[in-house]
Amino acid sequence: MSIAKDAKDLAKGMLQGLMGKAVAMAPDSWIPGGEPDPLIRVRHGHVGKPVSRIDGPLKVAGAAPFAAEFPMEGMVYAALVYSTIAKGRILAINVAQAEAAPGVRAVMTYRNAPRIARPPVFMSDQKAAGGDDLPVMQEDFVRWNGEPVAVVLADTQEQADHATTLVAVSYELETPMTDFASAKDAGTRTAVFMGQALHQEIGDAEKALAAAAFRVDSHYSTPRHSHNAIELHAVTAAWIGGVLRLHDASQLVAHTAWSLGQMFGIPEDKVVVTSPFVGGGFGGKCLWQHQVLASMAAKLVGRPVRMVLSREGVYRIVGGRALTEQRVALAADAEGKLKAVVHTGTTAKTASNMMAEPFIVATRSMYESETFKLDVQVVELDMLANTFMRAPGEAVGTFALECAMDELAEALDIDPVELRIRNEPEMDPTSGLPFSSRNVVEAWRTGAERFGWSRRSAVPGTVRDGEWLVGMGCATGTYPYYRMPGGAARITLNAEGRASIDIAAHEMGMGTATAQTQVAAERLGLPMGAVSFHYGDSTLPGVVLAGGSQQTASIGASVIAAHRALVKELLAMAGNDSPLAGLKPDEVASRDGGLCRIDDPARHETYVSILSRAGKGSISAEGEAPMPLETQHWSMHSHAAMFCEARVNSVTGEVRIARFLGSFDCGRILNPKTAASQLRGGIIMGLGLALMEETQFDERNGRIVNASLSEYHVPVHMDVPDIDLIWTDIADPHTPMGARGIGEIGITGTAAAVANAVYNATGKRIRDLPITLDKLL
Amino acid sequence: MTMTMTVNGSPVSLPHDARVSLLDLVREHLHLPGTKKGCNQGACGACTVLVDGERILSCLALAVQFEGRSVTTIEGVGTPGALHPLQAAFIEHDGFQCGYCTPGQICSAIGMAQEIRRGVPSHVTADLAAPDIAPTRDELRERMSGNLCRCGTHNGIIDAIAEIVSADVLLPEPAQ
Ligand code: FES
Ligand code: FES
Repeated sequence: MSIAKDAKDLAKGMLQGLMGKAVAMAPDSWIPGGEPDPLIRVRHGHVGKPVSRIDGPLKVAGAAPFAAEFPMEGMVYAALVYSTIAKGRILAINVAQAEAAPGVRAVMTYRNAPRIARPPVFMSDQKAAGGDDLPVMQEDFVRWNGEPVAVVLADTQEQADHATTLVAVSYELETPMTDFASAKDAGTRTAVFMGQALHQEIGDAEKALAAAAFRVDSHYSTPRHSHNAIELHAVTAAWIGGVLRLHDASQLVAHTAWSLGQMFGIPEDKVVVTSPFVGGGFGGKCLWQHQVLASMAAKLVGRPVRMVLSREGVYRIVGGRALTEQRVALAADAEGKLKAVVHTGTTAKTASNMMAEPFIVATRSMYESETFKLDVQVVELDMLANTFMRAPGEAVGTFALECAMDELAEALDIDPVELRIRNEPEMDPTSGLPFSSRNVVEAWRTGAERFGWSRRSAVPGTVRDGEWLVGMGCATGTYPYYRMPGGAARITLNAEGRASIDIAAHEMGMGTATAQTQVAAERLGLPMGAVSFHYGDSTLPGVVLAGGSQQTASIGASVIAAHRALVKELLAMAGNDSPLAGLKPDEVASRDGGLCRIDDPARHETYVSILSRAGKGSISAEGEAPMPLETQHWSMHSHAAMFCEARVNSVTGEVRIARFLGSFDCGRILNPKTAASQLRGGIIMGLGLALMEETQFDERNGRIVNASLSEYHVPVHMDVPDIDLIWTDIADPHTPMGARGIGEIGITGTAAAVANAVYNATGKRIRDLPITLDKLL
Repeated sequence: MTMTMTVNGSPVSLPHDARVSLLDLVREHLHLPGTKKGCNQGACGACTVLVDGERILSCLALAVQFEGRSVTTIEGVGTPGALHPLQAAFIEHDGFQCGYCTPGQICSAIGMAQEIRRGVPSHVTADLAAPDIAPTRDELRERMSGNLCRCGTHNGIIDAIAEIVSADVLLPEPAQ
């Protein structure tokens, strides 16, 4: 089944590949972003100002409503029973005692659950949102350890929780494949990601490796990870007059509405998903079984259902990042010029999803080399489907690549910063495309200067402060610019000259509402207070995923399109009595609360005046973003030079991060205040990746062992030093606003910078994450 | 006879079901959802509230234990229109992103500041005999480490708390 899925995906990919060639060759002016966004030239407006979050007062007062905080009339509470085997048949489920418990309204199992179709799995269709395509409580069969097998519905959460302990399930166990090594022995295959085989060879890299004067060749591993947003996954679901109404915590409301519509066999406009505030996402707040089960349960009991997963429940049914085993081999001449880059390895997925952790993607565009060999092999395990987690591919791929660069620098006796600068490519080394904007060398130089890199001792283990060994390390971080198809937005202007922007986008803490209000105000020539930004509602225009760091670009391109449509309609409305009479949309700009001629701002009429003369209360225009062809015409990537100073206790092996600097080249920064938080947030998750994070998976039975925040360690205040940030702020001429998304880049390169600092401090090279103290003793 | 406590100054009757946690009492029964549930097992700090001025994890407390006690939740600390200075400092220093851990961080910081003032030492307090504990950044970090933030706004949170603590604006007692 999954092979067929891959084949379909590959066929689609091949078609895209052919189209891609044509797009690459097309003149710039045919491509979105070929003409720079005029906003890039505006340097002293709203964009670029450190505006405090507009939803700040609500959030600090606890008044921002999250998904579990929408009470509904007659609502019942749900609690889940999870399977305790990885694969097998349910022989019996005894629910009689649970049904008889006080307050219990119903117990849903595969026997009485409403019949629905399978979830459309993410990436199988433009709006598919499912974490996997497994049937949801439809059969007597269990496919992962932790799959929900019963839902108890009761008047209170306490009653529901208690009744779950009264449900007795017996299973006929089948032998699951839960062991990575055995699965590899049984055979791997080449992974496919977004329609492309994760395999690329340029020249004969192995031969170049064997022949080179200098080489390193090592294996690295990274474990499973969990997103662990602090907000528990929660949903409040109700059927109201044939419409399924969901208060969700979601980073893809439009996708969720469509996917649930497919499953329940109803049109997507009969599903309304809202999600005004999301308590952290990082790739984890997509469509998993809880939204489906809550919708089914609401149907079964004819009442609204609130389902809040327990923390353990999140680990059981919301997938995380898959493990990887990677080999990186690099070869160079005596000057440090790369002759070969080999980055290969294996990861795990399930048969029910399309997500192979693409750990080679960063390596494609990072350094110039004569030869490349890139390859991801995959095995399928009987486990909860893995998924996207902050910088899928890059987060763990840059760990291996950038540790290897550090190892190569030592072998060559060249400074690690210098080695990277020497291998800076002129054009994308594997696609041959020109870069849209690439200033990583500047990021390296300014970063090294500010961090005091020249004070680093090149000889490991030589700097001591009492019982602490001190070291410095660095690494490159990188994340691409993405923009997905489907963006659309609506702008409405009213007679008072106020604007509202409507788009089905998301605010999970990235500062979307704030930054996009700044951008829209600038674009419309209005004060920020006159603009309201509406989002988080599937009934609004656009299919906008808050993922892949693409939301900023997607909203930007959609609002540009809507603005263009609005200007056209305003000019038509203004008519011949306006100072704007006779002007074409291309000849006017939005300024000072109205439109003016670009090169003659005195020819101006306010929106208020245009509307009042026409006797209209408001005007509304919708626009669709063009296909994101720019990503096939240019190689579009952000970069970061990451610097870390680590202290390692020579007695206990404890690692402390003393200093950290991220020097970024990620396009224009729309709001330095919220951007700094996003970049730091990524780096801090990178510190967790480096030092402590691991979802422990029992390979005997496929069960996650540390399903709690006490046993899955994330960085706490004491683990986080003051993190220094600088950025080039160089606008990318080919993206909306000149910006590239910044939600994920912070986690890339960070783990390698830490590992390299630990090596510099101790002389111990830890290639298996996390770098826990036992590995340093 | 109904037993009562006060929540943000108002009398509240204790639940009949002894299993109801203080957290669920405020969230589900009193419809004060500002106090957040991040784990329900004492690991994240999102549910921190103040009881008679001391910070506790409300998910680990049964509501019926609190007869006669005075509970302050984030709703009692300040409102969007009338923010507590610490809440304003969180906005100024961008001490949050998603905002989910934020009410817990703020309540925790208020309780923590009192602990420092009372001279309660921490793991990083250098001089246990000193009359006053200096609220250094590490002192604040150590004491706030029970409040997780997955968005990674640790720097902003410590900046906000440090501003209030070091400006010697004694953290005012929250409104009762
Ligand atoms: S919800 Fe109480 S500590 Fe996490
Ligand atoms: S602001 Fe999101 S968890 Fe702290």
